[in-house]
Amino acid sequence: MSTISRDEVAHLAGLARLAVSEDELDTFAGQLDVILDSVARVGEVAADEIPPTSHAVPVTNVFRTDEVRDGLSRGEALAGAPATEENRFRVPRILNEEA
Amino acid sequence: MTAVAEIMDYDEVLRRFDPVLGLEVHVELSTATKMFCGCANEFGAEPNTRVCPVCLGMPGALPVVNGSAVESAIRIGLALDCQVAEWCRFARKNYFYPDMPKNFQTSQYDEPIVFDGGLDVVLDDGETFRVGIERAHMEEDTGKSSHVGGASGRIHGAEHSLLDYNRAGVPLIEIVTKPITGAGERAPEIARAYVTALRDLLRSMGVSDVRMDQGSLRCDANVSLTPKGESGFGTRTETKNVNSFRSIERAVRFEMRRQASLLENGSEIVQETRHFDESTGETSSGRRKEEAEDYRYFPEPDLVPIAPSREWVEQLRGTLPEMPWERRRRVQEQWGLSDEELRDLVNASALDLVAATVDAGASPSEARSWWVAYLSQRANERGVELAELSVTPAQVARVIELVGEGKLTHKLARQVIDGVLEDRGEPDEVIAADGIEVVSDDSSLQAAVDEALAAQPDAAEKIRGGKVQAAGAIVGAVMKATQGQADAKRVRELVLAACGQQ
Ligand SMILES: [Zn+2]
Repeated sequence: MSTISRDEVAHLAGLARLAVSEDELDTFAGQLDVILDSVARVGEVAADEIPPTSHAVPVTNVFRTDEVRDGLSRGEALAGAPATEENRFRVPRILNEEA
Repeated sequence: MTAVAEIMDYDEVLRRFDPVLGLEVHVELSTATKMFCGCANEFGAEPNTRVCPVCLGMPGALPVVNGSAVESAIRIGLALDCQVAEWCRFARKNYFYPDMPKNFQTSQYDEPIVFDGGLDVVLDDGETFRVGIERAHMEEDTGKSSHVGGASGRIHGAEHSLLDYNRAGVPLIEIVTKPITGAGERAPEIARAYVTALRDLLRSMGVSDVRMDQGSLRCDANVSLTPKGESGFGTRTETKNVNSFRSIERAVRFEMRRQASLLENGSEIVQETRHFDESTGETSSGRRKEEAEDYRYFPEPDLVPIAPSREWVEQLRGTLPEMPWERRRRVQEQWGLSDEELRDLVNASALDLVAATVDAGASPSEARSWWVAYLSQRANERGVELAELSVTPAQVARVIELVGEGKLTHKLARQVIDGVLEDRGEPDEVIAADGIEVVSDDSSLQAAVDEALAAQPDAAEKIRGGKVQAAGAIVGAVMKATQGQADAKRVRELVLAACGQQ
């Protein structure tokens, strides 16, 4: 049962900024199908009284007090940047969007 | 760019269409730290000096929710008459844009912390319009990008972009209205009044700086049109970058006219974000709106759900201050204001200033008169907000006090206030520097009174005959002769005494 199309793979690849070749579209569509089918089997055992679960531990309300803690120095923060300018991270220009 | 000639007249728009609005307001909370890390939440710091592995999205860094931010979110919800969720989660909103180094924004999706409320908005004529609140949810702000190489720092033609992540992770509450229908011609005004009311509310609660000019309060306006007689909503546009109250009104009005023009020509409205240009008052096309599923939201695995107990919610409800509308009602009663007087006070944004002037010892009516009349006019002339004038409520109260003591006439008082507005110091300093003094020497006043009575024998006769209201003409003449420097009350006493009426 094929549930995911080549077009959907191409769309997702676009959203994830991944370059995917034509051959790979077929490969990934097939592989994603296997993954989705496997996950779908979980639905077969989940009964109505079992709510969808996103968190494995039954813990809620974990909060931090609103107190300032030291972070990174600017030098440390910028150390991993591919390029910097005026103490800012320098990135290629952003297409098709206004900030 | 649509030429002005092609755009439909506003009255014509209203004859053919009903506007539908949806307003999304983002509020930066004024917590000490960011939403998910202990970095300082501070405006205007040196670039990239308020950052850590969490807000820079470094591998392995784990977020922890700021409890104060959650409290603020719940309090805002309660003030907006909302329900508080029994249980809700954060969600990842995935997108690739360098303003979020994590490549996702931690937000809330279909489980907002508060939902289903409303805010009563007072319009310019004093009428109230209730704006329904769909939801308010918690999220984090993005970093700030600047574009290098293009004209005017905009993205078109830019060669590269520079990122400052000090703002990345600052707690943000997004407040979303229900579709606002039935507003008709008042839609632009309602949009402005709603954001203004929200600003006042949030300021009174002390949860945010609510500075539109600094971006701590930001509004996106969704506008669509429904042809008269039809139901359902038309295709909407979302205008961003609207950063003043006046701009909100102008942007909504322009979008209504632009969309109506397109629809009349048989064209379709493109669902997109648009940008408002303050200088032209027009909106221009931004990007096509991504569908919600394109963000591939999913529950945030690194944060546990939030389940506010009802005890906690009620405790937070107890911390709500007097709401602006409650305060208006109280002030109206205490100061004995008519509905019109209250409306003028609110429209002039003078309530806080008048209250502070009253607190400094002035009578409400004198304080109101100064701020709503004279000082509003001065603020208008200078093109600034009333609160931005360089005169304090304490200084206004001092001038009112001096008038009450007969040491200043109203005319001289205005001179003193003008001196304060020119940054020439405290009222008493201006008075000393300019040698401003009320003529209170009875002998020189008496001479002026005698002169005025002699010049107007008819009036003098009437006063002697008991028609004391005729004294006004004599007092006026004396005030004129002394160039307004005399104390009118004292002059009147002298006039009446001279005519045997006292
Ligand atoms: Zn941080």
